Amino acid sequence: MVAQDYWALSPVIAMATLAIVLLSADALLAERMFGGRRWGSKRALSWIVVIGLAAPTFFALNLWFGWIGDSTSSPVVYGSFTADRFTLFFQFLIIGATAAVLLASVPYLAQFKDSLGEFFSLLLIAAAGMMLLVGASELITIYVALETTALPAIALAALRRDGFSIEAGAKFLILSALSTALLLFGLVFLYGYTGATRIDEIVVRLAALPFEAGVPFGSLPVMFAVLLIVAGFGFKMAIAPWHMWVPDVYQGAPTPVAAFLSVASKASAFAVLMRLLYSLSGFETVAQDWQILFAVIATASMTVGNLIALSQTNMKRLLAYSTIAQAGYIMVGFAAVSVASSSGSTTSGPQSVMYYLAGYAFTNLAVFLAFTAIIHRTGDDTIEGLSGLVKRSPLLAVMMVIGLLSLLGMPPTVGFMAKAVVFSTAVDQGLVWLAIVAVINTVIAAFYYLRIVGLILFGETKDAEPIKPGTGEMAAVALGVVGSIIFGVVPWLILQLIDDSLTIV
Amino acid sequence: MSEFNGILTVTVFLPALAALVILLARPLNLEDRVIRWFAILSTVAAFILSLVVFLAYDRVVGGVQFIDHLNWLSAETIKSSYLLGVDGLSAPLVLLTGILGLAAAFASRNIELRVSEYFVWLLLLESAVMGVFVSLDLLLFFVFFEFEVIPMFMLISVWGSGRPRYSAMKFVLFTLAGGAFMFVGIFAVYLTGAVDSLTMVPVPELGIVGIADQIAGVDLIAPASLIFAFFLVAFAVKLPVWPLHNWLPDAHTDAPTAVSVMLAGVLLKMAGYGMIRINIGFFQETNGFTVHDAAGILSVVAAVSVVYGAIVTIRQTDMKRLIAYSSVSHMGFVLLGLTAIGGNTAATQHGGINGAALQMFTHGTITGLAFLVVGMAYDRTHTRHIPHLGGLWRRMPVIGIFFFVAGFASLGLPALSGFVSEIMVFLNAFPVWPWAASISAFGVVLAAGYVLWMIQRTFFGSKPPEGGIPDDKFEELTDAEPLDLIPILALTIPIFVVGIWPKTIVDVFKIGIEGILR
Repeated sequence: MVAQDYWALSPVIAMATLAIVLLSADALLAERMFGGRRWGSKRALSWIVVIGLAAPTFFALNLWFGWIGDSTSSPVVYGSFTADRFTLFFQFLIIGATAAVLLASVPYLAQFKDSLGEFFSLLLIAAAGMMLLVGASELITIYVALETTALPAIALAALRRDGFSIEAGAKFLILSALSTALLLFGLVFLYGYTGATRIDEIVVRLAALPFEAGVPFGSLPVMFAVLLIVAGFGFKMAIAPWHMWVPDVYQGAPTPVAAFLSVASKASAFAVLMRLLYSLSGFETVAQDWQILFAVIATASMTVGNLIALSQTNMKRLLAYSTIAQAGYIMVGFAAVSVASSSGSTTSGPQSVMYYLAGYAFTNLAVFLAFTAIIHRTGDDTIEGLSGLVKRSPLLAVMMVIGLLSLLGMPPTVGFMAKAVVFSTAVDQGLVWLAIVAVINTVIAAFYYLRIVGLILFGETKDAEPIKPGTGEMAAVALGVVGSIIFGVVPWLILQLIDDSLTIV
Repeated sequence: MSEFNGILTVTVFLPALAALVILLARPLNLEDRVIRWFAILSTVAAFILSLVVFLAYDRVVGGVQFIDHLNWLSAETIKSSYLLGVDGLSAPLVLLTGILGLAAAFASRNIELRVSEYFVWLLLLESAVMGVFVSLDLLLFFVFFEFEVIPMFMLISVWGSGRPRYSAMKFVLFTLAGGAFMFVGIFAVYLTGAVDSLTMVPVPELGIVGIADQIAGVDLIAPASLIFAFFLVAFAVKLPVWPLHNWLPDAHTDAPTAVSVMLAGVLLKMAGYGMIRINIGFFQETNGFTVHDAAGILSVVAAVSVVYGAIVTIRQTDMKRLIAYSSVSHMGFVLLGLTAIGGNTAATQHGGINGAALQMFTHGTITGLAFLVVGMAYDRTHTRHIPHLGGLWRRMPVIGIFFFVAGFASLGLPALSGFVSEIMVFLNAFPVWPWAASISAFGVVLAAGYVLWMIQRTFFGSKPPEGGIPDDKFEELTDAEPLDLIPILALTIPIFVVGIWPKTIVDVFKIGIEGILR
């Protein structure tokens, strides 16, 4: 390891260090030191986290702008990690999501009393793993980083320790193990065929190997590798047909954890899959079959997510199916990642995926965190429980409505703009039918999103007691809502950033 | 290159800005009266601006004027700019929006429920509609076209009567489904390879070539007929054209008066405008399929809309529902006028489209007025059920007079605006589609039937029939207040002006249509 390696890893190291600091602080701020004012002292922890997140942010910004130290966008640590702007873009997204979740979950976490420190440090370790994952450019690193994110996430899901939560954790554990096994299998195929684990070397070796006509992806090992890798990451991205765990885990896990999983975990899986597969896209045979594979997955995910969401009565399950459908929309952009487009652009696919992911992150956090604030106070996780919310907490209700409309894709929110960009990319690649399927799906989605909007605004309340969320919760939700609107009205703000980040091409 | 005059941006966003002010002033707990008048004054300002735009539009120079241009979205696969401007087609419609926005705000003076929210949504609605008419960028057009759904949904759901939430949801789902088709159509047009900007019309000042020129003679990414159909469906839902009209009677019946005025007055016109701007504008020289090929089928649909709408209208017993169905019939004339595009001579094509555009303008004012006076009568009688009414003339002659004006204009009495536009449509559609035009002519006869019969049943006679309004209530009914005359006159004056001197509007439309026809 040389200095450059440490600088490239500095945001990840900072995040992991913060997790360790918190664990120690939790032990030090023990009960006897504060004479029983345990919760008061624990609140100090949440401040340590939020302030501490400035460190990884600073290091990531430093790499982006190159203020101090050695920074490079070529692979470091023997080619296993790349701190290019693509990585940094997703690291910002993960840090932001972590901050928003932490900010909004402090009141919710009061119920955990004893395991608060664990909650924070597990969340941060998972975030550190994700930050590593998005930059991983070598197969073993990908695997290790993925496990680093998965294990804390499982513990987090089971943290509530009641029936649902334990079930969620167990289910998550088993399916996570299964998915990583599939992924490992796929990675092994790739290694066995090419004899390399570094992505850049794999590409070079593949170019020298024969591609047969008529075999999907040009050769059987590559086909198995791609299918198994996609299946492995399919669990993390929560796309159909690997979505079965999502509703159960989201329902059982603490709501902030579900919010975290739905945004950060999904984004990092999309990022690494994009990096891995994009490097294979130079091979024309791969690119063609890839388009079909992802178009089918996208169709399945959108349709399954939206149709099942229609019949849900539990809000957490509904949001889970909604995220499955949203992942399907992102997959539409993914299907268009590869082939050179009719407009001659090669970056349109990744650009649209990143724009959608960024917009989705803001919007989905707004909705999930608003719901966290509500469920913590009402304890009612049914859709009916949101009825007449506008009378109980007008501001929160309005923000949640804006979030839902953005998920639906109503202009002028980012949900609309992102869909415009993603679907146009699909049409650009000749996938007109996929764009039509996607658009029909948005209309189906209108039924359940608008039903909730209608309930929030016009429903009768059984319980007229006002809901008064704390400042932190409001700030986190407002951040999401403001992002959803700003990036929809002024899309070039974020598109500029994405253009700068598209270094994998 | 960039250009920014600002007047259109102000015209579009002034109502929205006023809405924002009302929203921000909520913690002050202002009196409802203050909010009401603030909102009304902002629509007056928007009306004045729209009038300025209409009058200052240089008829000699023509083309696109008052351009506001900024870069907006520049993804790899879709580039779009914030481009506002008016041409001869949109200038009168901007004025129409100004007029109806003003009338709707005045007509909302009696709203008591959640006043500030009501006006926020009403003003946002006006901004959205204004935005539709001045957007020259296709995606921006779509954004405004879709955004209008949100205020409508709220206005019908909260302040409506009958089954408001059912009707509001139906409206939203119909519109979104139609919009979804247009969404795909936009990409299909953009991604043909030849298209590098989403500007609907050529803007020489900025060096922008319109989409029509860019896709002329080029192989599109999908068959031109399919893309044409995508746009057509979106607008046919909105116009509405039989058999996609189903949402309209519900939405109209359950909406509050001012919202019905806006809905009939300007929202339906967005569809006719879109048909002219996009379906006709884009698809005249496309490969494999042009709008001329579709004219025959559309003329049949138009004739069915006109006659079916009129027949259904006759048997309605709810006054608002009656006027709503008459809209289906009248908007059928708009479509009929557009089918003159299939004609051989330029004069016929121009005349037919001009007639359709004029029909949009006149229908906006006439039906707006009809909903307005029906709303006033309903506020007083608390029933719209025709068999319960009668003899209203005796209690409310002023409302009655204007009800007559709206009714007669609607059935096409000469010297009122409805006559001019319908005659233009018929004269130009007849040589092209004699059968469809002849059948549609029955729509006018039926219109005389339902209008006169309704007036007879509600306003004539000495008092309401048995089982209707009780005598003591009837004797307490009052006529229009002086302030009610402002919205009424705002809509009546254009009916007379266009009826007597159609050149005021027709000549402006002509400039716009000449720019669109090739």
